[in-house]
Formats: sequence, structure tokens, C-alpha cells
Amino acid sequence: MAQNAITPYQYVVLGGSAGSLEVILNLVERLPEHLNAVIIIVIHRKNDKDSILQELIANRTRLSVREVEDKDPIQFNTIYLAPPDYHLLIENKELFSLDSSEKIHYSRPSIDVTFESVAEVFGKSVIGVLLSGANADGAAGLAQIKRSGGYTIAQNPATAEVAYMPQQAINLTEVNDIVNADELADVLKQLLIPHIS
Amino acid sequence: MIREEELDLLLNELYQRYGYDFTNYARASLKRRVNRLLTIDRFTSFAELFYRVKHDPDYLTHLVEELTVNVTEMFRDPALFKAIREQVLPVLATHPFIRIWHAGCSTGEEVYSMAILLEEANLLHKSLLYATDLNPSVIENIKKGLFPLSQMKQYSENYILSGGKKEFSSYYMTRYEWAKFDDRFKSKMIVATHNLVSDRSFNEFQLIFCRNVLIYFDKELQDKVLTLFDNSLERLGFIVLGSKENLRFSGIADSYAQMENKEKIWRKMR
Repeated sequence: MAQNAITPYQYVVLGGSAGSLEVILNLVERLPEHLNAVIIIVIHRKNDKDSILQELIANRTRLSVREVEDKDPIQFNTIYLAPPDYHLLIENKELFSLDSSEKIHYSRPSIDVTFESVAEVFGKSVIGVLLSGANADGAAGLAQIKRSGGYTIAQNPATAEVAYMPQQAINLTEVNDIVNADELADVLKQLLIPHIS
Repeated sequence: MIREEELDLLLNELYQRYGYDFTNYARASLKRRVNRLLTIDRFTSFAELFYRVKHDPDYLTHLVEELTVNVTEMFRDPALFKAIREQVLPVLATHPFIRIWHAGCSTGEEVYSMAILLEEANLLHKSLLYATDLNPSVIENIKKGLFPLSQMKQYSENYILSGGKKEFSSYYMTRYEWAKFDDRFKSKMIVATHNLVSDRSFNEFQLIFCRNVLIYFDKELQDKVLTLFDNSLERLGFIVLGSKENLRFSGIADSYAQMENKEKIWRKMR
């Protein structure tokens, strides 16, 4: 689409831990069906094989939702979830890959791992968002997204159920924006959908 | 982060000098492994690592061990082991002799899990478990039967979820910080190095496990390895893959049917 020239961002990667699920559910509900973007979500979770998270999110959005399997193609207008007990990586511009190596920050999936991988492959077209959580995971990854030319957002710690995770990111890197939970959908739409000037 | 050209240089050296072929490994994960190696072995640059690889053959074992992922657990994905208990073992029981291959088994937690399952189904006496991995050092652990005691609480929970009815601790003796599993399991295991990239089929099996190994390969190598398994599996035998792996899009897919329970178990139909 020619409109793409107006907005540089095509990949949104969201990370969160304790207290982030509600924010994500409210966000996906408000995203339009044709977003011209890929949404990647990494939430710290128990090893629940029943894909409850996928159902929860799918019930709230018009976008298609998929828990990533090995070497899945990366498709637009789709929400991808990091599967439990695997790190989610970007193999190349077309494919995901998975890795069950050591936990990072006591977590697998780790937010840092996915953020760093997305930053390396998609650079300037990435929006990284770090939400509520009680863990330092994600802060280094968000800094990497910033260094690679992407746009970085931290949830306003004052509106986060657990302020620690977004606060770590704010301390570590000069994020582009600090956003209240209920404003996140509008901010992302602003960044992703080209406006008529 | 190391650059693409540096990774190519390293892989080429490993192949030319030592015969280890990592060229068809998935790049994203492999890059992370090399970066991790730079950190844990305190190399200040890629050049320093490369020099070590070129000039110190003794470093190779450690290098290969760290480039590959050796994370495994007992009864990982308990629902899968429950399905094996209920749907696969009754089929295997009809054979006079049972041969199982754990390909890329790492430190062997899964091999011991399977041995326990076989014993509980009263099949261990007529079974042989072949445990192979490309790392000579990690499979040494299988012969010892020693696993960290700190993991036993988790493994015991997994075991119960897999349908286990016994006291899990009855299978091992506590030795300081280790759990030593009984030698009767080890006596049914054949442990050997085998590289899925370069070594060939060496026997015919009724059941092949290869879980969370294919995720580290690109599609071309995945196809090659699945063909190797196909050549090593009896008709009506079973292949078990990791919970996010699939043989649906591979070259051997037409000959296989996935079990109806949605677990990652396929049966060779022809």
C-alpha cells in the first residue's frame, strides 16, 4: 500500500509480566482489523499447555491470534504470542523461530530475548512497549530497540499494577513515550495508521 | 551481537577443521549461543574466540557443548507422557522386543522418564533405549544416572501429572545434592554419540523421540533429519516431537498420521 510510506512502523512488540494481561486485553479489543502491522506479545506465564491465553485474547479482538510454532511465517494483521517455555526469536524477515535455551531473568519466554531479536531484524520499523511487571526483564531489550532506531513506549508506572518493570526501562533508557494504560490503543493507532495531512 | 560474516567464518572453521557442520542450524538461535559463549568465556571480541578455535583443539568439546542447547527435564509436557502411557505403550507391548531411539537426548532426563514408564507397564525387561547426542560429554551423564536433587520436586509433579501412581522418590537414592537413579534403568540403555547432521541410520525402531532439537535447524535440515527418522522407523512405528514442532509441512508428511489427542505424536502409516 502506498500509504505505508507515511508511517515507518510495522512491527509492534509488547512485553509484560504481573498486571499486564488486563492492559493487553483492553488494547487488542480496540485495535482495528486492518492495522498493516504485526503484533508480537511476550507475557511471562506459567507453562499452561491449554493455550488459555490465546483464547482470552482471541475473544477480545478481530485480528487473528496465533501462538507461534517453530518456523511459522510472519504475517501482517496478526497477533502472535510467545509460547510457554520457549524463547521467541525472529529467524529472518519472513520467519519466526523458537529456542528452549536457559531462562533469562528467571523467564522463558523472556521479553529481552524477543525485543533484541526484533530490534536486530526489523530495526527502525519497530515499536516496543513494556508494560506492568515485577521483573527486570524487557528493560535491556527496550534499550536495544531504541538503539536500533525503533520507537519505545513504557507504561506509566503510576498506572501499572506493578510499577517495577516499566520503571526499570525508564531508568535505563530515554523512552520515546510514557503512556497511561487506557491511552495505549490510541497512541499505537496514531503511530501505525497513516493520517491524512 | 556478532555479525553474519563472523558467524559464517566460525561455522566454516568448525566444519573445515573439525567436521562439525552447523551451517544449516537456525541462525537466530545460533547467534545467541555464540554471544553467550563470548560472555561466559570472557572473550573481549569475536576475533579472540576465533583465534582460540583455530589454535586450541581442546576447546572444541566445550564449544560444541555451549553452541548446542542442553536444556531438558523429566516428563517435560506431562500430558504427552500420559498419551504415551495410554496410547503408545499398549501398541509397543504387542512386540516381542521394543527398540526406542532418543535422538539428541542431551543429558538423558527423557530417556530415564521413558524407562520408568516402560517399567510401570511391565515392558522394560524386553526394551532397549538408544540414547544419542552429538556432545560426548553430556551423554556421559546418562551412564551415571545422576540428576540434580533440586529438580526432583518439579519432576515428581510432572511424573504425577503424567499418570504416575508411585512415590517418585522410590526410583532414586539421594547422594548429597544428587539423585542417583537405579542401575536397572541404565542396564537397558545404549548410549552413543550420533550427529543428526552427518551420521546415518543405524537401526530400526518402533518409537523415536526427537523433542526440541528440530527447532534449532532450518527447514532443509529438518527435512533431511525427518527422512533419516523415516528410514529408521518400522511401519506403524511412532515419532514424537517437541510441543511446538510439526512434521506437517515436511517431505515425509504423507506417510504419517498425527494421533487424535493433539499431542505431537505421529504414526507411520506406510
